[in-house]
Amino acid sequence: MQLLQYKSQAVAKPYFIAAIGLFVGQILFGLIMGLQYVIGDFMFPAIPFNIARMVHTNLLIVWLLFGFMGAAYYLVPEESETELHSPLLAHLMFWIFLIAGALTIVGYLSVPYASLAEMTGNNLLATMGREFLEQPLPTKLGIVVVALAFLYNIGMTILKGRKTAITIILLTGLIGLAGFFLFAFYNPSNLVKDKYFWWWVVHLWVEGVWELIMGAILGFVLIKITGVDREVIEKWLYVIITLALVTGLVGTGHHYYWIGAPGYWQWWGGFFSALEPLPFFAMVVFCFNMVNRRRRQHPNKAATLWALGTAVMAFLGAGVWGFLHTLAPVNYYTHGTQITAAHGHMAFYGAYVMVVLTIISYAMPILRGREVNPERAQVLEMWAFWLMTVSMVFITLFLTAAGILQSWLQRIIPNPQSFMQVQDQLHIFYWLRELAGLVFLIGLGVYLYSFFAKDKPQTVEVSEPAPTATVASQPATT
Amino acid sequence: MSQFFTKSMARNIFYGGTLFSVLLFLALTFHTTWKVPQRSNAANLTEQVARGKHLWETRNCIGCHTLLGEGAYFAPELGNVYKRRGDAFIKVWIKAQPTKVPGRRQMPQFNFTDAQLDDLVAFLKWTSEINTENWPPNVEG
Repeated sequence: MQLLQYKSQAVAKPYFIAAIGLFVGQILFGLIMGLQYVIGDFMFPAIPFNIARMVHTNLLIVWLLFGFMGAAYYLVPEESETELHSPLLAHLMFWIFLIAGALTIVGYLSVPYASLAEMTGNNLLATMGREFLEQPLPTKLGIVVVALAFLYNIGMTILKGRKTAITIILLTGLIGLAGFFLFAFYNPSNLVKDKYFWWWVVHLWVEGVWELIMGAILGFVLIKITGVDREVIEKWLYVIITLALVTGLVGTGHHYYWIGAPGYWQWWGGFFSALEPLPFFAMVVFCFNMVNRRRRQHPNKAATLWALGTAVMAFLGAGVWGFLHTLAPVNYYTHGTQITAAHGHMAFYGAYVMVVLTIISYAMPILRGREVNPERAQVLEMWAFWLMTVSMVFITLFLTAAGILQSWLQRIIPNPQSFMQVQDQLHIFYWLRELAGLVFLIGLGVYLYSFFAKDKPQTVEVSEPAPTATVASQPATT
Repeated sequence: MSQFFTKSMARNIFYGGTLFSVLLFLALTFHTTWKVPQRSNAANLTEQVARGKHLWETRNCIGCHTLLGEGAYFAPELGNVYKRRGDAFIKVWIKAQPTKVPGRRQMPQFNFTDAQLDDLVAFLKWTSEINTENWPPNVEG
């Protein structure tokens, strides 16, 4: 049986594999940093904290981009009902992106950052050394080339085929992603301007156009696993992304409170960003609604779990934990503390890690020549879901506790204490965070193993037949 | 709701809402960039300050420290370090790294020249004078 509707969808597979591989690297470096928080000189000077952090965050960004590209290559041919414009170009870009990414990480780890900057032409155009945009100039240019080739490939495919709301929204998000990245090349010597437009990459990615990509991926998976009418799902999608952009664009202002921009941003940023939980809340309602109204019982239970989990965790991490410290009078005390770290962890995991794992969960079995994974593999994958998700909740809770105490001791009490004095009192939370991180690693191990798990040979008769896609006799109602 | 609220209505609201937000954001951005020179004392932004920023970036200081609250949360806020510690202390401190105290967080040795240290301090001094709406709440950052 031919499972892939279009042969060229197969180019997604290496993208997903690379994404998972880099994910593992990201977590290992996260654990190193977690330990450095309590054993300050751990691995120093071989891997100083700033290097480990750069590897941790850059790997995250790169593997999510691999995931997004894989998702696009998988879903666009199916949505457009045509083969991908150029599978060859997609393969080529895969290797360019992977090699550029690997070289960048090797550069971070083997050469002092200042020498790396010198070697790679940072003196010609200084773009390095800003949070998340640490990549050397050739890497940044490589990202632009890969992004353009990717957009061309996806764009041509969409143009020649059927245009659906999902592909249009996905393409809009991807164009925005590439477009806003160009601000990575703008680095004025005025720090305030630098910071102001730095957020046009960082915030307008994660609280702007990435939400479009996320919505499109979730929408696609939901159509597939629930069989709900496309019209309904696409209408919801438009509502969600409207909320995302209307709140998220001016919501950028919540980063402009204390960096030298005018004080009115406390009102503009506060008001609009306080509404940023709305699109995520709508996503929760949307996902549960669609799954409840499902017209088929899809046998990929793991993918359904990931889809619902994405909505819930994105709402908690991006929505609730974002709201906690988004209003200026609160942010005045919490800005740049562990509260920010707590929010960052759960938001990235809940929204973007999980949505990529959702599409991988749905598409990877098909790419590997079966409709769904064997039962035992799915059970393991669901164990991995719970281990990783619950440990991320605990990482967030411990960092939140640390952040509250930090704000209190360093910024609120009458005799505020110094940064390091305060840090020394937070060790218990950092240890617990590291412990939760280890559980996350175990979950990740289970996740990896689930790809290779086969059903044990059955020795007893089972009463239920192996699950297959069937139309539910009684459509569930709410 | 499906009869009254169709997909094309949703799509039009998306286009309209997005356009409105983009224009509002651009208008505020326009006004902000007009105000920034004054709020950041751009007149004092000398070549030396710019060189200091370049040093700040190429040593990846943001990978451990925060600057005006943004960056990593592993080491102290440096947006106001000039006010907290002063010129001389900053230089001595940077020269003395790493402390090599067992178990303590360590900062690398960057082997700056005296001129480079002056540049870096000039950048930190200029940064400490930005109008940040009175953030951080106190000198500890």
